[in-house]
Order: sequence, then C-alpha cells, then structure tokens
Amino acid sequence: MQEKTVNHKAWFLVLPVLALVAFSAVIPLMTVVNYSVQDSFGNNQFFWAGLEWFREMLSEERMWNALGRQMAFSAIILAIEVPLGIFVALNMPKSGFWASFCLVVMSLPLLVPWNVVGTIWQIFGRVDIGLLGYTLDALGVNYNYTQDFISAWATLIVMDVWHWTSLVALLAYAGLQSIPDAYYQAAKIDQASRWKVFRYIELPKMMGVLMIAILLRFMDSFMIYTEPFVVTGGGPGNATTFLSIDLVKMALGQFDLGPAAAFSIMYFLVILAISWVFYTVMTNLDKREGK
Amino acid sequence: MEWMAWTWPTAIFFMVIAGLLITFSILAIKFPETPRKGVLQIETTRGDRLFITLLGSAFINLAWLGIVGAHQPYAMLVCLAYAAAVFRWV
Repeated sequence: MQEKTVNHKAWFLVLPVLALVAFSAVIPLMTVVNYSVQDSFGNNQFFWAGLEWFREMLSEERMWNALGRQMAFSAIILAIEVPLGIFVALNMPKSGFWASFCLVVMSLPLLVPWNVVGTIWQIFGRVDIGLLGYTLDALGVNYNYTQDFISAWATLIVMDVWHWTSLVALLAYAGLQSIPDAYYQAAKIDQASRWKVFRYIELPKMMGVLMIAILLRFMDSFMIYTEPFVVTGGGPGNATTFLSIDLVKMALGQFDLGPAAAFSIMYFLVILAISWVFYTVMTNLDKREGK
Repeated sequence: MEWMAWTWPTAIFFMVIAGLLITFSILAIKFPETPRKGVLQIETTRGDRLFITLLGSAFINLAWLGIVGAHQPYAMLVCLAYAAAVFRWV
C-alpha cells in the first residue's frame, strides 16, 4: 500500500483563516472573559471582582428562566420542523419541472433576512391591520401577541417553522435523491410496506443530512435574537425573553458588562457542549457508513 | 490593548490554554497516533481528549461555584482527576 504524503507545511495555508477568526471571534471572546471577572462604571475603568458575577448569575433565576424558555423554544421548533421537513421532502416531485419549481419556492423563505421576517410577522399578526391577526380576531379567537403569552409563543413558533422548515426539507430532499433506485426495487421485490421503505431505506440514508439539519436548526434557534426582538421584544412581560434577548438587555440596556460577560460565557459553553455532541455523533455516523 | 481590560489572572488563564494547545500540536506532529475508542465508543485523539477535558473542566468549575460556592481552588482538583480519567479511559 502506498503511504500518504504528509506535509505539515500545508498548515501555513490555514493562517489567513486563523488571523480572521482571531480578529472576529477569539479576541472579542478574550475581552468578554476579561470583563467577566471585573466591574466597570464606564469610562473604561475596571475593578477586580473575581468570580462574583458568575456566582450571581448562577444563583439568580433570571438566567435559568431564559435558559428554560430557550430550551423549550428550540425543542418545540425541532419537534415540528424536522418531521414536517421530512414529510415535505418525501412528497416533493423527484424530477422534472415541478421538482425545480418546488425547490425554488421552498428556498424563498430562506432568502428573507431575519429582521424582515420579524417585520412581516409583526404586521401579519396585528389585530387591526394584519391578515392573520384580523382573521383570527374575526373568527372569535382571542389572539394578541403583545398581551397574551400563548399568542406570542405561537406566533414565534409558526414564524420559525415558516422560515426554516424549507431548510430541513431541502436537506432531506438531497439525502433522498442520493438513494439509488436499486434499493427501492429490492424493497418492491420483498413487498416491503411504505413504512418499512421509509424506516429501513430512506431514514438511514437521510441520517447524515438530517443530523446536519438538526445541528443547524438547533444552533440557529438557540441563538435566535432578531425575529423575537422585532415581533415581541421579549414580551409580554418576559414570556419570550430568550437567552440572547436577555443578554442584550443586560449588556446594552443596563450596561452591566460584568454580569453580561459571565452570562455570555456560560451561554457559549452550553452551545459549545451541545455542538460538540452533535458533531461527534455526525462524524461517527459518517465513519460507520464508510465502513 | 487597554480596551481589552486585561488582568493577570485572565492572562495566565489564556497562556495556560495557549500553552496546552501548542504542546499538543507539537506532540501530534512529533508523535503521530492512531485514534482509539474508549468508554464513550467514539474515536478520539489526544487533541479530542484535551477538548473534552477543557470543556468538562469549565462545567465542573461552574457546578462547584453554583453548588458548593466556596473554596473554588478545590474544583481544580476535581478537574485534574477528571482530566486523568478522560485521558485514561475516553
């Protein structure tokens, strides 16, 4: 067997990326770590506070509540978007004009910028002028996302589903397209039911792309800021104050840099841990398939 | 660099992490290794185990701070034990 050539000089090609990441992520993150152990009263004057902010954040309910809401939001949208996306992908035409048509229509919501999505739904849901809000009101449904907890959550969830189910569907569709016809023919010969074809052929073959879809949707929804900020602003009360909204309130609204820095480090650690789990599962799936 | 609000403890913290990364990079180049499977049933290299150790240590420190709330340096002892376990069994 021929040995692969190993040339460590190739690592130098990564240097530009490293420099870019250093400026955009590593140096700001280091600054956040520095802020998290100090107190500031503005004017760039800092006083040592040690682990005080971490202690305060861990013992206060504020962060835990935001984390709870965030987890609930991510869980709900994943539970809807993933099965719905798979269902859509399974029912999309496999080839021809309608396949292309579906692909284009499906990708439209993905092209809309976050703040525009927020504005669309903010107007769409208004009881006085919005189509959705007005219709629901006319039907006698008590819907008002600025005052009612359930309406606010429902609006945000439906908005996210509208915006991002296409991504799951497109990825699942790509996974489905890569399954050779021979598998389906074999299933036909064995008289496999529709469910069994899905369970033993389509689902395993889609697993890789589905994991990517879940990872992307989880991370995006876990860091969601713009849409809820535009639609509900974190309200009514604190009902839709997710982690990033709470963080911005703390850091920029109240200018509590120390506590906000401690908060963001813990937020970052949670995202890092969950992303690592997903990444590990994904790479291990790939390896198992490769064998 | 004044805007970054550096302190000695945070500087030392980052120097230790940078030192670890450099050490493990040199080790990976000088002594290449084949990934192995441990108790987690995932393939890991030394670098992966370092990552698991560092991330886990962050959570151990936070848990100690939140639950015990005093004598923070002792959390580092737990971290060392955790690191040893990770490098031995993961």
